[in-house]
Amino acid sequence: MLSNVLSWIIFLPIIGAALILLVPRNEKQTSIIRWISVVATGLQVVLAVFIFMKFDRNTATMQMVEQAKWIPSYNIEYFVGIDGLSVSMVLLTALLSFICIFASWGIEKAVKGYFALFLLLDTGMMGVFCALDFFLFYVFWEVMLLPMYFLIGIWGGPRREYAAIKFFLYTLFGSVLMLVAMLVFYFNVKDPVTGGHTFNMLHMMDQTLHQGLLSQFNVRLLVFAALYIGFAIKIPAFPFHTWLPDAHVEAPTAISVILAGVLLKMGTYGLLRISYPVLPDAMMYKPFAYGFVVIAVINIVYGALCAMAQKDLKKMVAYSSIGHMGVVMLGMSGLTPLGMNGAVLQMFNHGTVTAMLFLLVGVIYDRAHHRDIEGFGGLSQKMPIYTGIVMVAFFANLGLPGLSSFISEAFSFLGAFSSTAFNLRVYTIIATLGIVLVAGYMLWTLQRMFLGQLNPKYADLPEINGRELFTLVPLAIIVIFLGVYPAPVLNLLEVTMNNLIVVMKEAPALWGMQ
Amino acid sequence: MMPVGLTHFLVLGAILFCLGLLAVITKRNAVTVLMGVELIINAANINFIAFARYLDKDLDGQMFGVFVIVIAAASAAVALAIVLNIYQRMRSVNLDEADSLAG
Amino acid sequence: MDNPILTQALIVLLLPLAAFVIQIFVGKRLPRQGDWLPTSAIFIGLILAITLFGRMLANYDPAFKISHRFDWINIGSLQISFGILIDNLTVIMLVVVTLVSALVHLFSIGYMHGDVRYSRYFAYLAIFSFSMLGLVLVDNFFGIYIFWELVGLSSYLLIGHWYEKKSASDAAIKAFITTRIGDIGMLIGIMIILATLGTFGFDEVFAGVADGKLSGGLLTFAGIMIFFGAIGKSAQFPLHVWLPDAMEGPTPVSALIHAATMVAAGVYLVGRTFVFYSADALLFIGVIGTITAFIAATIAITQMDIKKVLAYSTISQLGYMVAALGVGGYMAGLFHLMTHAFFKALLFLGSGSVIHAMHHAYHELHDHHSDPQDMRNMGGLRTKMPITFATMLAATCAISGVPFFAGFFSKDAILAAALEKALTSHNPIHMVIFGTLLLCAGITAFYMFRLVYLTFFGEPAKKEVHHHAQESPTVMTVPLIVLGVLAVAGGYGHWFEDLVTKPDLAAYATTALVSPAVPEAGHEAAHTAHTMAMWLSIFAAGLGILISTAFYYWKKFSAEAMAERFKPVYNFLWNKWYFDELYAKTVLAGTHLFSRISGWFDLKVIDGLVNGVAKITVLGSRLSGWNDNKIVDGLVNLTANVVGWFGATLREVQTGRVQNYILMALGAVVLLYVLQLAFA
Repeated sequence: MLSNVLSWIIFLPIIGAALILLVPRNEKQTSIIRWISVVATGLQVVLAVFIFMKFDRNTATMQMVEQAKWIPSYNIEYFVGIDGLSVSMVLLTALLSFICIFASWGIEKAVKGYFALFLLLDTGMMGVFCALDFFLFYVFWEVMLLPMYFLIGIWGGPRREYAAIKFFLYTLFGSVLMLVAMLVFYFNVKDPVTGGHTFNMLHMMDQTLHQGLLSQFNVRLLVFAALYIGFAIKIPAFPFHTWLPDAHVEAPTAISVILAGVLLKMGTYGLLRISYPVLPDAMMYKPFAYGFVVIAVINIVYGALCAMAQKDLKKMVAYSSIGHMGVVMLGMSGLTPLGMNGAVLQMFNHGTVTAMLFLLVGVIYDRAHHRDIEGFGGLSQKMPIYTGIVMVAFFANLGLPGLSSFISEAFSFLGAFSSTAFNLRVYTIIATLGIVLVAGYMLWTLQRMFLGQLNPKYADLPEINGRELFTLVPLAIIVIFLGVYPAPVLNLLEVTMNNLIVVMKEAPALWGMQ
Repeated sequence: MMPVGLTHFLVLGAILFCLGLLAVITKRNAVTVLMGVELIINAANINFIAFARYLDKDLDGQMFGVFVIVIAAASAAVALAIVLNIYQRMRSVNLDEADSLAG
Repeated sequence: MDNPILTQALIVLLLPLAAFVIQIFVGKRLPRQGDWLPTSAIFIGLILAITLFGRMLANYDPAFKISHRFDWINIGSLQISFGILIDNLTVIMLVVVTLVSALVHLFSIGYMHGDVRYSRYFAYLAIFSFSMLGLVLVDNFFGIYIFWELVGLSSYLLIGHWYEKKSASDAAIKAFITTRIGDIGMLIGIMIILATLGTFGFDEVFAGVADGKLSGGLLTFAGIMIFFGAIGKSAQFPLHVWLPDAMEGPTPVSALIHAATMVAAGVYLVGRTFVFYSADALLFIGVIGTITAFIAATIAITQMDIKKVLAYSTISQLGYMVAALGVGGYMAGLFHLMTHAFFKALLFLGSGSVIHAMHHAYHELHDHHSDPQDMRNMGGLRTKMPITFATMLAATCAISGVPFFAGFFSKDAILAAALEKALTSHNPIHMVIFGTLLLCAGITAFYMFRLVYLTFFGEPAKKEVHHHAQESPTVMTVPLIVLGVLAVAGGYGHWFEDLVTKPDLAAYATTALVSPAVPEAGHEAAHTAHTMAMWLSIFAAGLGILISTAFYYWKKFSAEAMAERFKPVYNFLWNKWYFDELYAKTVLAGTHLFSRISGWFDLKVIDGLVNGVAKITVLGSRLSGWNDNKIVDGLVNLTANVVGWFGATLREVQTGRVQNYILMALGAVVLLYVLQLAFA
């Protein structure tokens, strides 16, 4: 079992889903289904912890690799493995999936379908983060998409169908572009052993194997652009972001958590896993590099401004995600160790913080049945524990030192500013505006909802309950712990990210640019 | 008085054919129509034999005549059976009423 | 780490943190709601700090400096460590912070008695003490930024302590956001430092500057940016607007955070990183400080709320310190920071005592509408509250620069430094700075004595209120007395001058290329400046006190008449130079406008575009659907219809009567025959 731990962690949820489908219909059905899900995702967490312990922090090569023929006639393989970049995302996915099972406790409608689809989604996410064969990656990418469509479209809010279709079409559009890029790679990368075509990502990353169309710089730029749009939709980068507020607002709480906590990371993960190492020269191409930063800055400032304008709490949180993913992009763009590590750490931290925020929104929505920021007031008097956790999450979101986001955001900014590859100083300075704006709207929201006189309508709101605390407290502990001591996550990343930077910086020479 | 030749036989055949045809077209009673059909068949038989006698000088025409008589008898039997069936279903042998094939 | 001094300093730092953690989780369930826990933590810290201070005085070593770094984060070649730096300045700051903090804790036990969130309040005080001590102790820019933000958080929490009042939560947000604007400047400064020097540590950065790795315009810019952090936290023009509003917080908090320690952190920051500032940056700092000192002093003249007067006085004094650093008066600025911490904390706690008494009196009278902080409702309280009166009078003398009080020495040192700079630099701006500072000294004396006269002298404004007012309990008067003693005696001796020496950039250089430091102006000039400044300072203070006495004690002139006569000026000052209105109309309204535009843009334009694409697609599909239905399918149907029509027509032929068929066949044969005849 331990030798193919990655396969286990990927396919455990599917086993759980199959078991769930077999549960007969009786009065205990719901609780059996829930507990099967708990066990499946719980085991996943155990495996993730095991991976965390076993992971060798001193090498940038892929670890825990499993490789087998899958469709030999097209040289497609079942090829999984993790490095520092993936391992942090695997941890995040396992953690959030487990927590989301508990956040889904309140689901009443079609419980069987919900949990089965959720576990299928879980498999898709894990697979994306572990796959090293592009075809396999693509399959998992799509496996993730479909359950998400149903989870939003069936269990969502009033406008769920609109949101689900928008999400689906947007992502599918991105997938198609990714598919094109994948095929270009497939036909123009030589398998070093057989000399034929290959989907193996590690071979794609070896620039010396590129041939045919891929030896033309213009084609490389085009393919990069196609891949970029595919991933930018997932990040979501301006102007491809409008599916996000709708999807987040309509999705049930747990699904919003997964969407914001894990799915958004796939965009930046894809860029770091595929675009950067496979086409480093295109990333180093100045118009692209600066365009990338401009989009990051727009995401930060514009996302914050939009968030400030929202009246719906969940929508505000959704827009704040857009801003924070902009920070990830900013950190990635400078190609400095500080910025790159900061960006990936920010991916992780944003996952936990935004998960807290969505869970908190879910808590208040379950009680008041609306999310209108102006409609509350003085809640802290009725719900002091809830308010305490809200403050941890809000202050983490606005980047207060001592809470996890601060380190990663500061590193991203510092890293981008001190970039030697590009001159990003002005952009970074503009982006710092976002820091003030985030503080502005977070505190303003805090004031309108929790401070001031108690709204008499909510005089008998019950305090947060044990199950909800169980979902939030672990996240809060992680947020505080990583704020004080981020080294456990940073150690995972460092060697991988530094290696990536070296690859990136060598690229222009390899392709005779500049 | 000129000798009886091929033409006479052919004229006789034609007259018989026309009478048969007339009966087939005009009569309402199915049995009468069948009788008309017999007339037509025998008109054809006369032609067969006449041509065989005057033109061919061998027995092929007569052979056909015999076959025709045999098959006409058989088909008459089948036809009478059909008429009987029609009668059983409709209590009439009036062909104007048997128009269930109308389009 | 073996060093006992380090251990001691770490204990001082971590005790309040531990107290905070316990207090926030279980404080409410502890006896007395746990108020003793943070209080004793900070008192232990105070004792440790005083032993350190005693050591310092015993050793008397200006070059005393120890530091230690704990590994924290390593990324690539960059090591960010949690480093502690202890020198004489740190020790003095430790004493100041722990002393004021401890006294405020003590005072709060009386002042906050019976508050709804009593235990929470003490937890927040503890986290503030921790952050402030951390700010004092760290040895690098990144660390100082961290604690800088954390003191901002505690300030936010404490200003908003009574968050049921909208004005309180508004003020808290205003404080946090305004200071954060300054923090961004600081972050930019730190980014420049990292990008050019690749390190955060003070010593390494100064060495880099000394070696010329960061110089010229960029150095000046970086310095100004770092100073921007100080502008925010120390409420300097143009970001000073949050401090008066911050008076919404409980008065002991105002004393601790918004008078003595946190707002002085900006001054400490500039002092700590003094060598980092180029001459141009220092000039900028001096000008900002002077503008602040002047604006705030003029506003303080007209205010009627006792805490508002003190708030503007604080801003003005902070401007003084900043200006002092700007003109190179390193020792003078930091010395004033220390003395100011004592007498301003005392003034706030004294005003807290007065407010407490007024509040009590109103409570007795069941009057819930009158403002207990308005000086127009006070008067004649000296007989009722003798201890408060005596200590506040001492503090007022100190802040006004009356000779032989603590403030006199520090203020005098600042004016001397400014004059010395003005005499040696030949830059007219420095002359203006000195003149303005001197003027401010006079104004300060005026409005501070105005406060004392209005509050403690004259006839009581309301007899019955006066009747019910009484002296505060011992737990509140003891801190007043302690601070009163320090306000009188805190300035004596030359120890501060001897131990806190102006750092020299050249000393940090790792290469010998840098020319030795420019020799300071001759001792003679300094001496002349010092004597001259002293007499001018005494004169200004005396004049201010005289005018104040004439107005408010002897009542020779009427303040109301003066206000009436110079109505526009009065209104301008009463409305605080309209800064709040200006910011509300520009920055705030602008941000809100932008945010609404962005929201609208996102919803209508970008999402509109997306939906537009969707709509166009749907429209296209409708069109092609119509096309498919009507045209393509129409053709198919047409064919079918035609065939059908023929069929329907021709079916008539199919009568079902065999005889008809035969007749037709016959007709056809005849027709064919006729045709054959006709065409053959």
